Amino acid sequence: MRIEGWLLAATIAFATSAVLAESDVDKGLAIAQEADRRDTGFHDFRAELTMLLRNRQGEESSRVMRSQSIEVDGDGDRTLIVFDEPRDVQGTALLTYSHKSGDDDQWLYLPALKRVKRIASSNKSGPFMGSEFAYEDLASQEIEKYGYRYVRDEEFDNQPAFVIERDPVDENSGYRRQLVWIDKAEYRPLKIEFYDRKDSLLKTLLFKSYRQYLGRYWRAEEMFMENHQTGKSTLLTWKTYEFQVGLSDADFTKNSLKRAK
Amino acid sequence: MRQALTAGLLVAACLQSAAVAGDWRGEVSAEMRQFFASPVDPVQHDRFLSVSGEIEFHDEWDDGRHSLTVRPFARVDQHDEQRTHADLREAVWIYHNDGLEIRAGVDKVFWGVTEVYHLVDIINQTDLVENPDGEQKLGQPMLKMSRESEFGTFDLYLLPWFRERLFPGAEGRLRTQPRVAEELSSFTSDRGERHVDLAARWSKNLGDWDLGVAHFRGTGRAPRLLPGIDASGLPVLKPRYEIIHQTSIDLQGAVESWLWKFEGLRRSDSLDEFFAATGGFEYTLYGFGEGNSDIGILAEGMWDERGDSATTPFNHDAFVGVRWVANDVDGTELLAGVVADWDNGSRFYNVEASRRIGNDVKVGIQARAWDRVDATDALYPLRRDDYVELKLTKFF
Repeated sequence: MRIEGWLLAATIAFATSAVLAESDVDKGLAIAQEADRRDTGFHDFRAELTMLLRNRQGEESSRVMRSQSIEVDGDGDRTLIVFDEPRDVQGTALLTYSHKSGDDDQWLYLPALKRVKRIASSNKSGPFMGSEFAYEDLASQEIEKYGYRYVRDEEFDNQPAFVIERDPVDENSGYRRQLVWIDKAEYRPLKIEFYDRKDSLLKTLLFKSYRQYLGRYWRAEEMFMENHQTGKSTLLTWKTYEFQVGLSDADFTKNSLKRAK
Repeated sequence: MRQALTAGLLVAACLQSAAVAGDWRGEVSAEMRQFFASPVDPVQHDRFLSVSGEIEFHDEWDDGRHSLTVRPFARVDQHDEQRTHADLREAVWIYHNDGLEIRAGVDKVFWGVTEVYHLVDIINQTDLVENPDGEQKLGQPMLKMSRESEFGTFDLYLLPWFRERLFPGAEGRLRTQPRVAEELSSFTSDRGERHVDLAARWSKNLGDWDLGVAHFRGTGRAPRLLPGIDASGLPVLKPRYEIIHQTSIDLQGAVESWLWKFEGLRRSDSLDEFFAATGGFEYTLYGFGEGNSDIGILAEGMWDERGDSATTPFNHDAFVGVRWVANDVDGTELLAGVVADWDNGSRFYNVEASRRIGNDVKVGIQARAWDRVDATDALYPLRRDDYVELKLTKFF
């Protein structure tokens, strides 16, 4: 009887914590879904971006690119990035078909050889152009790519924010988990902490200078990524955002990749 | 050279009409090649200094639907008079709108997926004086129409003028023994280089896989080399260009960390009919050794039904190699590998590496060596041509 009582108490306690955990999972997912809902429907945009890479010694190097994206019904976005600097990769272009589940498809265009090369799809954690941004950091952030959990409410930079944890579904991700600060007013990411496979803090990404486009879509003008393990950092600056410029699927094909300049 | 001049005038005319509003870019390279063994032919040299440059003009109008790109190239070589050459690599007007693309002018097109041997690539002639790897091409006059649809992409090519292959001159290395005399080339077609070639290609993305099927009818880009005598009575090889029919397939797939590649073709001309294929994989270990660099393991096989009588050295060969990509700020990369003929044991080693210096300078090194080359192998003339090439390129 006594043992049964203990068992019962333990079962109730376990069930309660499971329910709590479940509600944290639901809440985390709901926050992510709301953020995604508010950022859906822009159809297409293009922008110019620069990256300023800085190492521990303070030496700097820059990258200049142009990017355009289009939303795809029921699937991830398509993105075409063309490089302007450094000069030796000028005209090199990267086409990505991101998918809600499964690996993204990627093609790289090498202008010197006029050759389109497929990129192995498991390349997630590799540095993008030698920067502190990994391919997966810049990829289209689909809901299905992570598991979510609400962690706590916390003020960040004088803004009330949710802190949610998201765990990458893909086993090729370079991260065990990420902590994301999302402001309660507009559901914009303010900060992301990236934890490596050993669960040590690897990088922090700060979103700065948000501007709103089409009266709805918020974009950070600056994204500052700091690697705590190497002391390197990358400042990504987005310029000349233009939404709904009339791009179509035909602007995101291998032929359009070969036309990229 | 006369063609180059005509083309150059045409370019100048085009540029003037475009009001020179577009973008200009360019690059100049200084290069040194050092050979380590004395040459087979005493007129050949051991060290070559060379400079090359190209300029590109690009302009777009009508919201990018129309564009014009012009890219002339020139090289001056210390010893090899054939390697001192100029070529209009591109002078092309492109129109595109909603899945339709038209290209007219001089352009470059690459078909293929494999690393070592570009079997199915046929539209452009190889500029063999630039590099023995055959990846440098001469500009090809063409009219191309392309249509993208849910059933794939259909390309049609009309190629009104044939470009002869460029071969190294008498004093140059990396050449046949004896030299190829371009001035003695001949054609099976009465129309010679004015024979109008046609090509069609269909390609489609099938999820993880990209498939292409193509047919080419026209003057084969790789000539037969027939023994002859030049004007001064010396033995030479005379190129003979045949009309060929070539049907080809190319396939590449990305499955997790694996890239799978295959190219196959059937080619026929007045004397011959054969199948050939090449294919293999590249397996990449991302973030190798807990760091940022990637290591790729490559393996490819090459087979040609003609066997020892093939016009290519890649008739029964296998390639293994390794690619190291540092993913660092300077874009450091290295590719090293060996191609071995499984029939006669001939080996060809290749190492190439490059990195950036600052924002607009790149330094590259290539080393190539031939070992145990069998007298029956097409690489036999290169058996004493082991060399290292250093190249410095400035972009602006």
